[in-house]
Amino acid sequence: MTQRELLVGTKKGLFVLRGEGEGEEPYRIAERAFEGDVVEYAMRDPRSGRYFASVTSGFYGPRLLHTLDPAGEWEHASTLAMPPDTGAALERVWVVQAGEADDQLWAGVDPAALFESRDGGLTWELNRALWDDPTRARWQPGNGGLCLHSISTWPGDPLRLSLGISAVGYWVTEDGGGSWRRSNAGIVARYLPVELRETSIDQCIHNLHRAPLRPERLFMQFHGGVYRTDDNGDTWVSIADGLPADFGFPIVGDPADPDSAYVIPLVADRDRVTVDGRLRVFETRDAGVTWTARTEGLPQHDAYLTILRQALDTDGEGAGLGLWFGATSGEVFGSVNAGATWFTVAEHLAPVTSVRVASPSPVG
Amino acid sequence: MPVIVLRAPLKDLAGGNTELDLPGRTVGEVLRALEREWPRTVGWVLDERGRVRRHVIVFIDGERAREDAKVGAGDRLHVLPSISGGCT
Repeated sequence: MTQRELLVGTKKGLFVLRGEGEGEEPYRIAERAFEGDVVEYAMRDPRSGRYFASVTSGFYGPRLLHTLDPAGEWEHASTLAMPPDTGAALERVWVVQAGEADDQLWAGVDPAALFESRDGGLTWELNRALWDDPTRARWQPGNGGLCLHSISTWPGDPLRLSLGISAVGYWVTEDGGGSWRRSNAGIVARYLPVELRETSIDQCIHNLHRAPLRPERLFMQFHGGVYRTDDNGDTWVSIADGLPADFGFPIVGDPADPDSAYVIPLVADRDRVTVDGRLRVFETRDAGVTWTARTEGLPQHDAYLTILRQALDTDGEGAGLGLWFGATSGEVFGSVNAGATWFTVAEHLAPVTSVRVASPSPVG
Repeated sequence: MPVIVLRAPLKDLAGGNTELDLPGRTVGEVLRALEREWPRTVGWVLDERGRVRRHVIVFIDGERAREDAKVGAGDRLHVLPSISGGCT
């Protein structure tokens, strides 16, 4: 049986959960860190074993910390800060993503900036090409800020990278971040006046998932819409038909199946809770043509939960795909059979902001 | 020199010191001197623009002060978290 470690970021610190299998025994809180502060996001780089935590103090601001032992001392990655000439200040670290080159990591932050590390996350440098984009003065924040929250690498090719920025849409580089282009054709931002939908840059993307076996294909959860591209973002098509709502935050997939994606629909931007009081994870295995609710083991009555964009992760693949997500009401749920059945990993935690699997992945 | 008075968690980041004599003619200069002497405090009180963070308060001898406020020898700078009620 596989011992799993889950990193659960919450409004009141980081919880490191450890457990086995389908939860026959409760997952236990192995460690807690950053008590009282918001842990926006936490992950472990599987190559180095180094843990990263984005921590925002309500008083003393945001910072990225790292350690090899979550029970030990955490070090501040102090170079992940806005350079003085930008005239900007770091508001929040949204995501840290392992890159495709050795020791490379990427970090996405508010104010819509990308940082790169070439030494395993010890030091960081601002990506100037994105920062200096000539349209930046017109970029508008979403409800959560001007946040670069989604970073999607291209397996095996460190030159190709995609980004999701709220509310500035989907961005692509094919030269390792030396230049960027926006690529949002086909996306319909219903929150904009009709006459502005074709031309506005105000695209409130929520999350991205790239199919690693077919990397030109990505799935996108939008602010009202679920989309797929088969050409790395040149064109997007709606795949929301069959879902009870097209609003939501996270989107993931089975790495072994490029036709797969999972979403957790919420009612709408005006009411960000699960639809009809039912907690349902929807799965597609035909690239979004049809969707199936995966509910066994999840609450189906009087369940009005909110699952945030970084709070759904996977491990493994195929029939043994693990799915792990947390809610702002403090529960964490898991599945070790691609959503066929679910169990409660933890409950009564603080509002969950992120969930990431830290342990080596089992293969199904 | 001005004296900066620290509480946890800033005290812990400054080697456990609750009071430090630090050079500077303004609040901002004193806080930058704190960062130079105790690098773990970088980014905690001042942001990258050199501004005192919104929910941190600096008092000089009982008066609230911003980063450009003048300080003199013997002035006592208390650095405190603000009382931000209502936030979860």
